Amino acid sequence: MAGNSFRQCPSSGLYFHRSAESLMKAHAVMAVVFFLIGGIFGLLVMLTRMPSVHLLSAEAFYMALSIHGTDILIFWIIFFEIAVLYFASSTLLRVRPAMPQLGWLGFILMLAGSVTTTLSFFRGNSSVMFTSYVPMPAEPIFYLGLILFAVGALVGCFLFLGTLVIAKREKTYEGSIPLVTFGALTACIIAILTIVMGAIILIPTLLWSMGYIAEIDPLVYRTIWWGLGHSSQQINVSAQVAIWYAIAAIVFGAKPMSEKVSRGAFLLYILFLQLASAHHLLVDPGLSTSWKVFNTSYAMYLAVLASMVHGLTVPGSIEVAQRKKGFTNGLFEWLRKAPWDNPVFSGMFLAMIIFGFIGGITGVVMGTEQINLIIHNTIFVPGHFHATVAVGTTLTFMAITYFLIPVLFRRELILPKLAKIQPYLFAGGMLMLILFMLGAGTLGVPRRHWDVSFSDAVMKFQFAGTAITMLGMAGVGGILAALGGAAYCLIAVGSLVFGKRLDDNASLFSSFGFPMAAPAYKVDQPDRLAMTPVESHGSEPHAAPGTFALALVFLATFVVYFFINAKYLSSLWHMS
Amino acid sequence: MSITPPSQKIWWNQPIDKIEAAWIGLALVWCLVLFLWMPYWHVFGKQNLSSESYKTTPAAFEKKTNEMISKYTVRKEVNGQMPVVAPPPGSNVYLAASKWAWNPILELKKGQSYRLHISSLDWQHGFSLQPVNMNLQILPGYETVITLTPTQTGEFGVVCNEFCGIGHHAMLGKIYVKD
Repeated sequence: MAGNSFRQCPSSGLYFHRSAESLMKAHAVMAVVFFLIGGIFGLLVMLTRMPSVHLLSAEAFYMALSIHGTDILIFWIIFFEIAVLYFASSTLLRVRPAMPQLGWLGFILMLAGSVTTTLSFFRGNSSVMFTSYVPMPAEPIFYLGLILFAVGALVGCFLFLGTLVIAKREKTYEGSIPLVTFGALTACIIAILTIVMGAIILIPTLLWSMGYIAEIDPLVYRTIWWGLGHSSQQINVSAQVAIWYAIAAIVFGAKPMSEKVSRGAFLLYILFLQLASAHHLLVDPGLSTSWKVFNTSYAMYLAVLASMVHGLTVPGSIEVAQRKKGFTNGLFEWLRKAPWDNPVFSGMFLAMIIFGFIGGITGVVMGTEQINLIIHNTIFVPGHFHATVAVGTTLTFMAITYFLIPVLFRRELILPKLAKIQPYLFAGGMLMLILFMLGAGTLGVPRRHWDVSFSDAVMKFQFAGTAITMLGMAGVGGILAALGGAAYCLIAVGSLVFGKRLDDNASLFSSFGFPMAAPAYKVDQPDRLAMTPVESHGSEPHAAPGTFALALVFLATFVVYFFINAKYLSSLWHMS
Repeated sequence: MSITPPSQKIWWNQPIDKIEAAWIGLALVWCLVLFLWMPYWHVFGKQNLSSESYKTTPAAFEKKTNEMISKYTVRKEVNGQMPVVAPPPGSNVYLAASKWAWNPILELKKGQSYRLHISSLDWQHGFSLQPVNMNLQILPGYETVITLTPTQTGEFGVVCNEFCGIGHHAMLGKIYVKD
């Protein structure tokens, strides 16, 4: 094997293959570009939904909302995820990537697709939202762009699998693949399933928009589309949890509490998340109650179980690592003494807490068959997925970016002080946005609505004053979050352009005031590239009482919130 | 570490830690409660969505809606444009969603049950009864039937909460409930 193709990062000890490195960089940069575009339109959407500002016209609003949803939810996240796949395969297994030329083809397809779809929005005739429900039509290039993007992403997924095969064959590691790579593999498998669902429905929809197919049944479209629409968010869950484990290892040197439990939980995602997409159809006609209950019960709750397990084992592994370092006083000294000014840690931890406590709990509540009646298509829904995706996934990706800029791009971070507060600004703003969206949704405010005062309508209806106030407060939170997002773009792009180039022996993390854990890899014979296990784990006694206490608080919150909603449901008009 | 291969090749035989096992047990019990809650509500709850629905066409549904309107219209509102329909309790009531109106206005009696049929004549719409906050997805080509019993009196708004084009924000309907 060509040893020269690799470089070892002097601070982290990670190996990067040159060709995989360029692919990672290209995907990560494009991710940030689409985050910036999607973020700007998110801000415009919010400034329109704030009743006191009401910035855009109706037409511009629905266009902005379509751009925001698609560019953030698909392009930013999937570009980043493909970069994560190259990292988790080539770098963590220290192997050359499979067919890098084909990787570039995948990248070009993704780029062509994302640009095409985004352009179709700007042309003004494709304001069909992220869901693009038929029979509402978009221009053919809208669907074409999505299909091209999906094919490109699919290429990235298969190259990830190919890289795993090469690593196995060339014996670049011993035993099983690392937990983080295993998590990435989960994400990759879900991505392939998801993209297949997308192809099944988007290809006929493209033909329909071109006039070759007369009709697409709206219920069939919804059922298959949600196999793409929700499952694509499960790629994120797997990817972000894998990154949580990676950050716990990078920052604390933490080891998984037990490989069996963590890997088992990833496996549950693969087995059950797809079917749980059925919770989008709980108030649809044409589907039987038993179908709804079946698909949203065993399937969803076993996937929920998986997230609850990761919710214990990720912070638990951090607690164990911290206690070993001597932070053993009381239940929470390990947490208090955690590096709260290191954005790699603070971003990840805030993402985990908000994802679990708000995103997880609200997701289960609205995925419950009858309770869905009080939530479906209200602004509660975007409240929920801003907790899961905007904080859970996006903030996790932001956190790992602060690690990747010095390690992958070999640049020093510009504005380290801003980087320290950025996760708090973004998470704090988002938290405010989310809580007020959830509140307004509970009071019935619809999502995707330009004017909830109904000033143009021939009839009159007024939402409760509280609901309107909450929309305004959500807007304030959204502005703070947008500032946090802008700070991220500024630091990420600024560091690539203006950051000091790091020489080989530079101390990468001194600017955070907190060192990372010891180099991940200590290899005696670097040219052999055989990966020897660093430490043992698994069978030693763990002590994570603080995490267990937090988990119990979580469970209590979950139970109380669930039954509050059940009580609310019982006050509705009777129906059967 | 999580970014290196597990040190013990046979990692699946390692014992599970006590707190992990305890948490998995607790979480599993809660998931089972959540699962059982749905069938429980079907038996004991009063808010269950019927899965009675039919394939239809916009023309067929519009025809049935118009028949009901001509039979039970009691007055007209909104500058004499919009019929207010007061069908007898127990009867079939039709509500048609189209860009960008709910037709007709309904006048129901509190505590009485109606077989409410809803469908769309064009794109997808969302039936959102406010301020009760009851939300249903309305698809063209599918006729949803719910046995509905209003439990409050007053004037209620029917907001469209599925994006259905540029006039979506003006799509508002009304239901009156009287004693």
